[in-house]
Amino acid sequence: MKKILIADDEPNIVMSLEYTFRKNGFHVFIARNGKEALDILESEVPDLALLDIMMPEVDGYSILTEIRKDERLKNCKVVFLSAKNKESDIEKGMSLGADAYLTKPFSIKKIVEQVNELL
Amino acid sequence: MNSAVLLLILLAYLALLFFAAQWAEKKGNSKWTNNAYVYTLSLAVYCTAWTYYGSIGTAAKSGLTYFPTYIGPIIIFPAWIYILKKIVRISRVNKISSIADFISLRYGNNRALGAVVTVITIVAIIPYIALQIKAISETFHVLTKTPDNSNVFLDTTTYVALVLAIFSSFYGTRYVDATEKRKGIVTVVALESTLKLFFFLILGIYVTFFVFDGFGDIYQRASLLEGFKEKNTIHGIEGAVNWYFYIMLAMFAIFLLPRQFHMAVVENNREKHIRTAIWLFPLYLLLFNLFVFPIAWGGNIMFDKELQLNADMYALMIPQAFGNDFLAMLVFLGGFSAAISMIVVASITLSTMLSNNLLIPYGFIGSLQAEQARNNRRIIRSRRLGIFMLIILSYLSYRYLMVNFSLVSVGMISFVFIAQLAPSFFGAIFWTRGSQKGAMTGLIIGTIICIYTLLVPYVIDVVFPANSIDENGPFGIMWLRPFHLFGMPVLEPIPHALFWSLFFNLVGFAVVSVSYKGDYRERNYAEMFVNIDSHIVNHENSFVWRGTAYISDIEKVLVRFLGEERTARALRIFRMKYNIDKDDTMADARLIKFAENLLTGHIGTASAKILIEGVSKEDRISLTEVLRILEESKENLITNRKLTETTQELRRLSNELELANTSLIHKDRQKDEFLDTVTHELRTPITAIRAASEILHDDDEIPEELRKQFLQNIMSESDRLNRLINKILDLEKFESGRQQLQKQEGDLRETVRLSAEPLMQLMANQNILFEVIGENVPVWANYDPELILQVVTNLLSNAIKFADAKNGNIRVSIDKTDALRIVSVYNNGINVNPEEMEAIFEKFYQSGNQNINKPIGSGLGLAISRQIAEMHKGSISVTNHSPNGVTFMLKIPA
Repeated sequence: MKKILIADDEPNIVMSLEYTFRKNGFHVFIARNGKEALDILESEVPDLALLDIMMPEVDGYSILTEIRKDERLKNCKVVFLSAKNKESDIEKGMSLGADAYLTKPFSIKKIVEQVNELL
Repeated sequence: MNSAVLLLILLAYLALLFFAAQWAEKKGNSKWTNNAYVYTLSLAVYCTAWTYYGSIGTAAKSGLTYFPTYIGPIIIFPAWIYILKKIVRISRVNKISSIADFISLRYGNNRALGAVVTVITIVAIIPYIALQIKAISETFHVLTKTPDNSNVFLDTTTYVALVLAIFSSFYGTRYVDATEKRKGIVTVVALESTLKLFFFLILGIYVTFFVFDGFGDIYQRASLLEGFKEKNTIHGIEGAVNWYFYIMLAMFAIFLLPRQFHMAVVENNREKHIRTAIWLFPLYLLLFNLFVFPIAWGGNIMFDKELQLNADMYALMIPQAFGNDFLAMLVFLGGFSAAISMIVVASITLSTMLSNNLLIPYGFIGSLQAEQARNNRRIIRSRRLGIFMLIILSYLSYRYLMVNFSLVSVGMISFVFIAQLAPSFFGAIFWTRGSQKGAMTGLIIGTIICIYTLLVPYVIDVVFPANSIDENGPFGIMWLRPFHLFGMPVLEPIPHALFWSLFFNLVGFAVVSVSYKGDYRERNYAEMFVNIDSHIVNHENSFVWRGTAYISDIEKVLVRFLGEERTARALRIFRMKYNIDKDDTMADARLIKFAENLLTGHIGTASAKILIEGVSKEDRISLTEVLRILEESKENLITNRKLTETTQELRRLSNELELANTSLIHKDRQKDEFLDTVTHELRTPITAIRAASEILHDDDEIPEELRKQFLQNIMSESDRLNRLINKILDLEKFESGRQQLQKQEGDLRETVRLSAEPLMQLMANQNILFEVIGENVPVWANYDPELILQVVTNLLSNAIKFADAKNGNIRVSIDKTDALRIVSVYNNGINVNPEEMEAIFEKFYQSGNQNINKPIGSGLGLAISRQIAEMHKGSISVTNHSPNGVTFMLKIPA
């Protein structure tokens, strides 16, 4: 069973994502902010991390950086999920080493497709 | 009065003037010597002994005819504000020191013209100076009741003349540069003008009110005298025509007499002084003439029987007749002042012209090769000698040639000669076509006619007393009779001479000027004179010259007259003015003109040109080319001025633009940040709604409970979206000023309760302890309850967000002072970053550390709260507590 980490501080958005990926047979970890995400990553090795960028305390960029530094997590794909949809934001995200960048609002179907493609 | 005593008094008086001059030189820059009054009074050098004694004589003998000499200047004086200003400007920029320089420079810096002007002027003025000496001498004898001694060396007046000559030659030559202002002389002349008027008025009052019984008394008794009416009428048209020419003559004199030119132009150090002169000088003349008539006719009444008396001397004889020697002496001193101021100024100007326009350019110049000190000594010595000789020459001509002429007739003849300068002088400043050949022709023809119509008859009368040339004409040719040329009727000899001489002068000047164009140099100066106002700034630019000259050669010439130091300084200033490189070796037109100007004051325009020509090689330029260059420079001047104006305007605009741009960029960035924030905030609920809807739409197997939860989410996110939109609209309302206060008396406790109520459940859910402390009685204030409710809600929402996550505590207190009502909202969360204490109130503010913190709500809450507080004329502020806890404090007036 593939493991996915969902990190977003908007509970309603998390809820939809959690439901969808569970239904699609993923093992889902939920982080409601950046710090919780890092905590989870200490012990778990997800196959993919779905990260919001603007979160309290630790933002998506920092989490990505941490993941890329960690030898343990070298196979972990990272997908950004953000309302920041300017060219420059997307470029920044991709240059930091993200595997995909999806903008909010998003289509649930598209995310699932994207995630499946990456795995 | 004893002549020795009078001589002593005279010497004492001269000594006084000498010290006044000394003092003024020393105080050269004080306001005592540099004011419009001194300038105007110095112009009164116009009133000589002729005015002082001669007017009375004329008034006594022939009635009103003394008057045109004063009416002329009074009529023309208002025009000075235009004409004289122009002349002063031309003279200043060209360093002109005399009327000969003025005329010769205008017609191509022509040395011959300068020489002719000088000769005419000297010929005209020497008798005039003689006349002053005659007045001093005669009045001296009248006062001391001594006859004049036929032996020149035994006559006291000889020594008076000598002292005068020494005084003038010493004071007139203090500066080598003839354009330097002579403060000493000017001040003394002004002082003398004051004294002569003062003494004359004393005499007038004495005669009118003490000897006689007022103006009416004199008039009544005079009207009984023989010929009173006959003498005191204008005599119809014939008389009026004569008057017309007399007045014209005086108008010319006030411009053209060398001493007037000197005082009005060369000694003018501020143009604005002319403004005072144009009313004060006519007033001076009127005052002077107030008592002429009463004194003259008072004298006629008193001395009716003694017909042989010289009426010119009434001014002294009347007080003497009453034994009032003191008053007679005062009058004598006044007349003496009038005479010597004329002598001093005239001799200085004549000697400057003599040296700068005749002696130096025609010979002397070759010997000025030595170093500076010696050259200057020679120049000064020659001028000094010139002054001395002129006065002595005048004295001798008085002694041997003109003992028997009245003061006025000599003065008038002198005026007519001087008037010959009028066409070329006024042509110089108004007519660019006037040429050197024309000016020369006019001057010579005019002068010849003057000689023929004024001097020849007298000489013939003396040589062949039996044969009156005017009765029969020369060799019997009737139309050549000197007083009735071409059979001219009506005119008296002086107007007649003026008419014909000026007529031919003017015609000669005009016809020759039109027929023979001047060369390029004349045309160049014509432009600089006539259109002085467009060339006054950087006037060296308007000088047209092309050729080869080395700066070092020119420098050597300058050093010979100015010395090393002044030359170096002058050149430094020149280079700065025109931004010329120090290492340039070739001189351009501007430097040529500049160097000529520097030399002009020392040696005159003509010699300056000769010296500079000696070290440069000028290429001839055709007249058409000069005209083209002049036209271009005029256009350039206008274009330049416009360009400068436009540049300044552009610079100002671009500054404004830059400022506006900076502020726009700032606002634009704020706007971008705002849009970023707002779109992010809007997208978040939309994202949640969209995700939930998609699941509900696509997934039929969704459990009922979950389906409800998703629908619930959609509803709450829609509400959130709506709130956000409202906040943005609110802010827009505050920003645009459309939000209005609905103030009313209300209880703040009630408002706090209302805002807390909807949040109670939320706080309970988050385990936050909420308390309200403070007054138990209503806290009344005048405020808009809706808006303040909004503020408190906002503060509470913030407090909920930031209160400690586990053991949250929020405390609201309501306090009052006399003037203020204070609502404080405390939470026990982390401190606000001290650097952001102010920034958090800015609209759309997002924490500087964006990577970590999500924006607090929309970023609008606190900004709106502050707006509301300020609309109430209150404030909102934040304080941190140690180690944790933050208080927001809203203060509004009671």
